[in-house]
Amino acid sequence: MNNFNYTKAESIDQAVSAVATQSEGQFIAGGTNLIDLWKYDLTHPEMLVDLNGLSELKAISELPDGGLRLGALVSNNATAYHPLVQERYPLLSRTILAGATAQIRNSATNGGNLLQRTRCYYFYDAASPCNKRNPGSGCPAITGHNRLHAILGESEHCIAVYPSDMSVALAALEATVRVTGPEGAREIPIADFHRLPGAEPARDNTLGAGELITSIDLPSTGFADHHSYLKLRDRNSYAFALVSVATGLEIEGGRIRNARIALGGVAHKPWRVPAAEAILVDKAPTPEAFAEAADLLLAGATGYGHNDFKIELARRAIIRNGMMALDPSTQRPGAQPSL
Amino acid sequence: MNEHEQIGQPRRRIEGARKVTGQAKYAAEYNVPDLLYGYIVNSTITRGRITAIDEAAARSVAGVVEIFHHERRSKLPGFDVIYSDMDAPPGSPFRPLYDANIRFNGQPIALVVAETFEAARYAASLLNIHYEEESFDVDLLTNLARARKPSKGLATLIKPLPPGPRGDFETAYAQADARFEGHFHHGSQHHNPLELFATTTVYEGDGKLTIYDKTQGTTNSQLYVSNLFGLSFRDVRVIAPFVGGGFGSGLRPQYQLVLCVMAALQLRRNVRVVMDRAQMFTFGHRPETIQHTRFGATADGKLTAINHVALAETSRFEDYNEVVVNHANMLYPADNVALDYKLVPLDRFTPLDMRAPGGSTGMLAIETTMDQLADQLGIDPLEFRLRNYAERDVSADKPYSSKELRECYRQGAERFGWSERKPTAEVNRRGNRLVGHGMSSGIWDVIALPGKASAEFTADGKLIVSSAVTDNGQGTYTVMTQIAADELGLPLEAVSFQYGDSRHPLSPIQGGSYTTAVIGSAIKAACRALRSKLFKLAQIMDGFPLGDALPEDVRFVDGAIVLKKDPFIRVSLTDVIAFNHGKSVTASKSNIPNIFRLKQYTRAAHAASFVEVEVDEQLGIINVTRAVTAVAAGAIMNPHTARSQILGGMVWGISMALHEETLLDVNLGKYINTDLGEYHLPVHADIHDLDVIFVEEHDDVINELGAKGIGEIGVISMAPAIVNAVYNATGKLVQVFPIKVGDLL
Ligand SMILES: Cc1cc2nc3c(=O)[nH]c(=O)nc-3n(C[C@H](O)[C@H](O)[C@H](O)COP(=O)(O)OP(=O)(O)OC[C@H]3O[C@@H](n4cnc5c(N)ncnc54)[C@H](O)[C@@H]3O)c2cc1C
Repeated sequence: MNNFNYTKAESIDQAVSAVATQSEGQFIAGGTNLIDLWKYDLTHPEMLVDLNGLSELKAISELPDGGLRLGALVSNNATAYHPLVQERYPLLSRTILAGATAQIRNSATNGGNLLQRTRCYYFYDAASPCNKRNPGSGCPAITGHNRLHAILGESEHCIAVYPSDMSVALAALEATVRVTGPEGAREIPIADFHRLPGAEPARDNTLGAGELITSIDLPSTGFADHHSYLKLRDRNSYAFALVSVATGLEIEGGRIRNARIALGGVAHKPWRVPAAEAILVDKAPTPEAFAEAADLLLAGATGYGHNDFKIELARRAIIRNGMMALDPSTQRPGAQPSL
Repeated sequence: MNEHEQIGQPRRRIEGARKVTGQAKYAAEYNVPDLLYGYIVNSTITRGRITAIDEAAARSVAGVVEIFHHERRSKLPGFDVIYSDMDAPPGSPFRPLYDANIRFNGQPIALVVAETFEAARYAASLLNIHYEEESFDVDLLTNLARARKPSKGLATLIKPLPPGPRGDFETAYAQADARFEGHFHHGSQHHNPLELFATTTVYEGDGKLTIYDKTQGTTNSQLYVSNLFGLSFRDVRVIAPFVGGGFGSGLRPQYQLVLCVMAALQLRRNVRVVMDRAQMFTFGHRPETIQHTRFGATADGKLTAINHVALAETSRFEDYNEVVVNHANMLYPADNVALDYKLVPLDRFTPLDMRAPGGSTGMLAIETTMDQLADQLGIDPLEFRLRNYAERDVSADKPYSSKELRECYRQGAERFGWSERKPTAEVNRRGNRLVGHGMSSGIWDVIALPGKASAEFTADGKLIVSSAVTDNGQGTYTVMTQIAADELGLPLEAVSFQYGDSRHPLSPIQGGSYTTAVIGSAIKAACRALRSKLFKLAQIMDGFPLGDALPEDVRFVDGAIVLKKDPFIRVSLTDVIAFNHGKSVTASKSNIPNIFRLKQYTRAAHAASFVEVEVDEQLGIINVTRAVTAVAAGAIMNPHTARSQILGGMVWGISMALHEETLLDVNLGKYINTDLGEYHLPVHADIHDLDVIFVEEHDDVINELGAKGIGEIGVISMAPAIVNAVYNATGKLVQVFPIKVGDLL
């Protein structure tokens, strides 16, 4: 049988040391991704360290600088429905609720969501070549079905996309990921947390071996007045984004003071281009202005056949979502297009 | 009193409560004692040979009992005909574990049997298979040059090949005032019933087996198993009381049945084998099909020329065929017609009937082509169809046994508000969404087959009717009970329908929308025979309570035989049984359709769907906001379960038009979205306002019940209506299905 060791961690330190006791030590939180990967024969933990007893990771608390700390073990739904999140970071709330299903979001945790793996068909099929799963074996997606795949930041080794919705909002909000590992605690800005595939597609992120995510910290600026998440997908629920856009705007006197735009479904990480946001500052929020930002965000985008449509779709989605952000009250449930 | 107390009434499913409370047991849920568990191993290559199977690691797993594969299996017959089943297309049926040859990706190549499911699954993952790979061809598009005529066989009796040409198509097309040429394509689709294919075999000893199987035909599985393993037909009993959806996937015995029975016979133990979801993508499916249409019409909207050609995938070993191109000329009486249907053999498994096989594929091309012509001519699509309404089937030169399609058009259009549709050239906006209206006709042939049933009236006043037929969830159980209840004038509670067991009278496989007609008629016949026996007994009862009444002078009401002219004169059926010394009375009857009479008519159910879509103008996201389907399918036995059938069909149509496709990687030779996360079906958020109308239709030709069957007709008109609505909204005709996000940018 597929035997493994299991321990329920009682403290952060114990979790970190337990996971290091075996070469294939892994944390388990909601298990909604890990168990699937295991069943598909894609991961083989020898030591499972259960984080669900760590009450210190299960809180949402206010930070002195006006920000908010989201415990790594808080469920996606509990986060989305938390009054402080809904009030100050409605963009995050909507984004989380656009993902998966209620049942999955009840189990899925914030830490686990950051670490969910790609949904590339070939990655999930142990019998297919895949550089992410089996480095050096090749990437059949490049010449195969790549409708779901990346148009930005991809490499000749991997064109997979990172599927999380939540992280797209976290990128727009410039969250910080706090981690504790064998070497102690550190903070990773969300922009540096996920990485592009390059020559090492097996690595999704910059988390070190055995490092535990303890929280996701949100800065004080939450774009509560002007924000929107738009998720375009092949059906209205229970599907990953083909293209998604999280937009946050601060507007004063009819002009944009501060803008954030992050794209999901297009790259190996949430996609942001600072110049695209800078160009919006001091402009009126018009489709033309967002079109300019879109051109910068999508500069250098490449299609691989089935996913060519994403380039134009993303452009239009950026424009639409910019306009949707002006009046969040018009937004439809499930992050569907509105206005 | 009305003789039809039950037929035509909206009755809830008798087994509904059992199903929603988890008490209904499916094939994998029979926990017989001392059960062994088998786990199937499938080929990871597409074509070639197995050169070696290294079992060492798998065998070392505690609890592993045996590993079966081509080198270690029970003797299997060497003749194709023995592997044939009731739905086998012409060719050489696949033989599980027969030899080292790999013919398709996902081919079952081994069965690991263990004391627990977990041990079997784990050991299966350790089985090390060595292959010698050969090059393969799975791509339909690049192999069209190899297209050839399908071979004929038993299956082509029910699914006829296209009729020969009529008139002179090329000349008529060249002379037509309006012409449209379409090129359509859809990929493979897999049935994916929720219940996984599963078999639990109980080894009874003495060569006897009781098999709980997921199937749409208990007799079919019984026949197949007894043939393959050289068992006596009577010693094999197949039971499938509940079937968690079939949609055609259970029309042929699937490979888990063979492997499970093989293990049970060899090990002399009870064995269960269940497929996993990915394995549900390793057998029959709706074939990928390419279609070319060229239709021509006169300026005043008369269709003059029809050319419809379909090219579909099949396997290298069987010629699966379906009726794709025959319907255009059945519906629209053009005089110049050229039809063709060809197959391209590929290194993929043989396709299999999937809900509305052929019809849903062909009508997608036919009905979108019709709308394109209507658009060119500036005629409303409904009006265009009315101008080409076939009062008679010119393609076969026969009258229709009945046809209320015109009434479907009228009632559907009225309920939908079709008159508000705007021509495609006019933009119809709702905010930033474009609104489109589309419609389509639907047609499904009525199939007649023989069926058998028995009926028994028991001492405690119950009527038991039986047939081997299955109920895939449509409501067969309830409807058969209703039919029997009416025949003997009993309340539903007094009737018990026994089904899903090969011990009961023989039934054809449950498909093609014919079950109600075939088994319902047999039940009616059996009950009538029972009635006459009961009446004969009543006639000779002490005191002659019915006097000299003849059969036509009485009716069966409320559990009694009652004199029509004086309802106070009655004999209760339980008194009849008492008179019969308390012995129950039985009758058994086959219903053989009068093929000679039936053949004089074209027999079909019809439908019309009307659909509204909203398409986001910039983003191209489509929502089917409302739809009405009007159905003319003869007598409706139970409007409640019938409505569910049509609603399910409409959702299926939405899926076909907008969601469903098994993605084939032609380089790897395999399907790659083999789970329900990535094989997209619509979810609740995709389904909005659906409405169903049953149009009254009387038909005394097709069968005694006047029922045409409703399993497929709900599917057929929906997808083309959506495609037409999207065209009406956007002016864009998508011809590769499903229509995907991005296609309308
Ligand atoms: C059917 C389905 C549909 C889905 N649809 C969507 C969707 O539309 N959008 C979307 O964004 N997501 C979707 N998801 C993904 C879902 O959001 C993730 O599976 C979930 O967020 C993972 O969280 P978890 O707690 O269950 O992680 P687990 O499965 O427990 O863990 C995932 C990984 O993270 C590691 N891990 C967990 N917690 C920590 C921690 N604190 N520190 C370090 N490592 C940790 C584990 O070791 C493991 O490697 C879907 C999932 C499924 C199954």
